[in-house]
Amino acid sequence: MINEPFAAGTSIIHKLGPRYRIVIAVLYAFIVAVSYQFPVLILSLCISAIMAVCAQLNFRALVQRLLLVNVFILFFWIVLPLTGGGDIQFYVGPLPVYKNGILMSARITLKSNAILLSLISLIATMPFSVAGQALHALKVSDKIVHLLLISYRYIFVLEQEYRRLITAARIRGFKAGNNIHTLKTVAYLAGMLLVRAVRRAERVHQAMLCRGFKGKYYCLASFKPSYGNWIFTTFMAIIIICLAVMEWGNI
Amino acid sequence: MHISEGILSGPVLISGMAIAAAGTAIGLKKLRNEDIAKTGMLAASFFVASLIHIPIGPAGVHLILSGIVGLLLGWAAFPAILVALTLQATFFQHGGITTLGVNTVIMALPAVVCHYLFAPLIWKNKTISAIGAFGAGSIAIVLNAVIAGLALIYTDEGLFKAAALIMGAHLPVMIIEGIISIFCVAFLKKVQPALLPGFKSINN
Repeated sequence: MINEPFAAGTSIIHKLGPRYRIVIAVLYAFIVAVSYQFPVLILSLCISAIMAVCAQLNFRALVQRLLLVNVFILFFWIVLPLTGGGDIQFYVGPLPVYKNGILMSARITLKSNAILLSLISLIATMPFSVAGQALHALKVSDKIVHLLLISYRYIFVLEQEYRRLITAARIRGFKAGNNIHTLKTVAYLAGMLLVRAVRRAERVHQAMLCRGFKGKYYCLASFKPSYGNWIFTTFMAIIIICLAVMEWGNI
Repeated sequence: MHISEGILSGPVLISGMAIAAAGTAIGLKKLRNEDIAKTGMLAASFFVASLIHIPIGPAGVHLILSGIVGLLLGWAAFPAILVALTLQATFFQHGGITTLGVNTVIMALPAVVCHYLFAPLIWKNKTISAIGAFGAGSIAIVLNAVIAGLALIYTDEGLFKAAALIMGAHLPVMIIEGIISIFCVAFLKKVQPALLPGFKSINN
């Protein structure tokens, strides 16, 4: 099932303004993504972990997300040390293990986890509809905001539609296997999903027209100003600048 | 194919964002107000389709359908895929925010290329149509893997073999997506032909 396990909550981070959180999260993620030095990466992982603690995230869901990404990273730990090139660190049996590869894998692991934790803490802690409104307030194009919110609105509906179709297929004895029949069934199923989506879209568009849709997004939500937002933004801005200085400054 | 956070270098991330921004701008410019609901809904179905798993041997893959999305949407595939990837990044933390640009290019650029290459073949006779559909499904995956591979190689040459492995792993996916695309296009031609590009109704 598609769900948003972190969206609801009462932590300090949940109370912060969505616009500030989005801007800071993006800046922070980029600064970590382009960093190279280990002290910076380790520090940012610690900062992200502190954010995760502040956001009081659902622990099981968090571990699940992190595991998934780290399984993907495991692929790099297996491949890169054996193929990375550069100096040979040591041998495992006949295979040379390269230093470059180990360093690269370590960097990837630190960066991924740091960025992921910060994004879950700052962005996944708001319902996506609120994120859409915040993007509108941040002057993102109306068409994109419409697309985001319409998709968000209907992924749950279409997922149910998909579950209905797959249940119907199973009741008729469908079992996925390595054969052309499976591919055919899945293709028709996906096709049916598209057809239903488009037919629904026609009705939605007509309903939008009835309500005077002319392509502009009118947002009734307003964001309350608060001192907390500014304290958070200043604090995070200082952290981001410190990380940048540590990375590129000569200290 | 998604690339997750923390792997690519700054220049690659920024070039990805620039290309994705240009593509999305073209897509949005071509997107009429009356197509917004349809495009949003197709972005949602693209997202849901990625939940569908197909077994290959002992393992499995999930549907990508970028070829079909390209056929149906043309340039609007850029904003639609951007939106679907944003949802995936915030819901499942697949892909990510810093890699959003690169991932959009990885999925959407092949979709647009396939639209221009194969949309004209869809309404030809049965064999050519099937070839076109297979092409759209499989070439989208090939280009997808090539762009992802290039992004990795430009990040660091040490990633070359990892990139080669990833591209190799896409071969079976390419064949499967091609076959699915044949059936899917044949299905749409029967059930909702107006959805496919270049459809001329008998009524007008």
